Amino acid sequence: MKLYEFQGKELFRKYGIPVPDGYVITSADEVREVTGEVVIKSQVLVGGRGKAGGIKFAKSREEAIEIAKKLLGSELKGTKINYLLVEEKLNIDKEYYVSITLDRSRRSPIIMASAEGGVEIEEVPDELIYKYWIDPLAGMYPFVARNLAKKLGFTGDTAKQFIKILLALYKIFVEYDAELVEINPLVLTKEGKLVAADSKVIVDSDAEYRHPDLPKNVEDMTPLEKYATERGYAFVELDGDIGVIANGAGLTMATLDALLLHNLRPKTFLDLGGTDSVEKTKNAFEIVLKADPNIIFVNIFGGVTKCSTVAKGILAAKEEFNINVPMVVRLSGVHEEEGRKMLRDAGIEAFGEMMPAVEKVAEIYREVVK
Amino acid sequence: MSILIDKDTRILVQGITGHQGSFHSGEMIKFGAKVVAGVTPGKGGTEIHGVKVYDSVEEAMCEEPNATMIAVPARFVKDAAFEAMYAGIKLVYILTEKVPVHDAMQIINYARKHGINVIGPNSPGITAPGKSKIGIMPNHIFREGNIAVASRSGTLTYEIVYALSKEGFGQSVVIGLGGDRIIGLDFVDILKMLKDDDETKGVVLIGEIGGTAEEEAAEYIKKEFDKPVVAYIAGRSAPPGKRMGHAGAIISRGRGTAESKMRAFREVGVRIADYPQDVPKLLKEVMK
Repeated sequence: MKLYEFQGKELFRKYGIPVPDGYVITSADEVREVTGEVVIKSQVLVGGRGKAGGIKFAKSREEAIEIAKKLLGSELKGTKINYLLVEEKLNIDKEYYVSITLDRSRRSPIIMASAEGGVEIEEVPDELIYKYWIDPLAGMYPFVARNLAKKLGFTGDTAKQFIKILLALYKIFVEYDAELVEINPLVLTKEGKLVAADSKVIVDSDAEYRHPDLPKNVEDMTPLEKYATERGYAFVELDGDIGVIANGAGLTMATLDALLLHNLRPKTFLDLGGTDSVEKTKNAFEIVLKADPNIIFVNIFGGVTKCSTVAKGILAAKEEFNINVPMVVRLSGVHEEEGRKMLRDAGIEAFGEMMPAVEKVAEIYREVVK
Repeated sequence: MSILIDKDTRILVQGITGHQGSFHSGEMIKFGAKVVAGVTPGKGGTEIHGVKVYDSVEEAMCEEPNATMIAVPARFVKDAAFEAMYAGIKLVYILTEKVPVHDAMQIINYARKHGINVIGPNSPGITAPGKSKIGIMPNHIFREGNIAVASRSGTLTYEIVYALSKEGFGQSVVIGLGGDRIIGLDFVDILKMLKDDDETKGVVLIGEIGGTAEEEAAEYIKKEFDKPVVAYIAGRSAPPGKRMGHAGAIISRGRGTAESKMRAFREVGVRIADYPQDVPKLLKEVMK
């Protein structure tokens, strides 16, 4: 789960990482008096908001109100802006980058730091990024922060500030079950202070139960994806024609891939998971039908999920929902013959092999859709 | 003997009285696996499928288990895994999904430093046809033989194994590595074990988008692995930034695409199947 910038900065503040003075508003009349210059930052969970026009500067309260009125409620890269963060504008001397994330191949936290901050880290050449891997059992030690401070060129008091920030950042990473904590840019002000000008915090959604204090942000999800997720389906809405229901993430992906290699575009990724429930199968159709596909393709390899159960679910769905699009079903594995017979008796074509079923989908697509 | 498990592997099931633990222990026994003990705190003294249940791993050690299947709810997995590792069990298989990633990191780092093999989390387990099974793979799809399969998926693995069995390619071992971001053994670890495994003549790797495990496997194959390898990569149609079911299956920041993985494999001579059902056909070509 991604945190908004202002939520991440609240954590930073709590752990002693300096952040700019500022406040969050949800309506333009909450803008306070402006002394000097303020930066108004749209709070969205998508990246690249600066380039998309989501960050503005204002020199007076009137100007800030004007900007706030325009931004609040408008859409930025497809997501609605509900919050603005109004902050003092920093006197930037230099921008740095620092983050802690998971290194999948080393199965450890990795700290990355660079003196080339302010840009996307992917754009920084690898030799300018300093890396340290931390043993998650032994934890973080000050020497790591000292060494990185030196590599980044910090001396004296700024080095001390950096060490304190990095130790706090690691503490947040561990105590909040984070997948990523990132400060980009970490600003060195002309006054010689290190300040986290931005925050990016992603918390492991599987560990949310350990953090009841955190808000529940819903990110990058369509209303239908949210609906499906709440009902326990792994579901992604896509922009094609074929509504796919399969079991297992890998097989569902493989089904989508097979369709694409036949020039068919999937409309849904719906993974039934390791269930053996008629009800769950039936309700999957409700979701896929809401996505409004032109054809529904059910691809099941029965193991824990029995083909007969899926067949019952399909028949129940046919009974309950108004399915007026063509449907192709492939059932293989445990109780496959029983499952296919139940469907055939109800007039639904059922395949045992995946490829003939995909070809059938292609054939129907050519006939019906085109 | 097969890698990781064989007919003498003595299996403990942690969470044996739960729905998953109980059902799959029964299936494992039917497959011929030696399930020697179960653990559920507070349920000691009972029996499941004729297997004695103990209150703790420490107590269950009297049955001399040397592998464990962890089938407890996600929030208890770390406790269960350390309980097994502290007791001296050297093969820890974690079935449970949605294990917090920081817990997985700690379990796996401890394991690697102590010579313990962890499979999972979120894995369907290991099956060595004719020998043993630890996990939840369906019994009927296997056939004894000399093809090793390592996979990041569940159902897709069954699909491909089933196709292999039908086409006459039996399996020496089938390993589900787990669908999470942080997992114990990965492709390279398995390839290192298969390198000197006399029972394995060919290998099938089933990868998916996310991470760099396939690219690392390709590098290892280039340097040290001589047996024929066929691969399938799921997720070539996946849009970036969308998690395709598995926690690990996500293309983020341009890393972990199917194209990159297929390219890495092709460059070292690994054949790539376009469809899961094509795996046996390609295997026939490379096994000649």
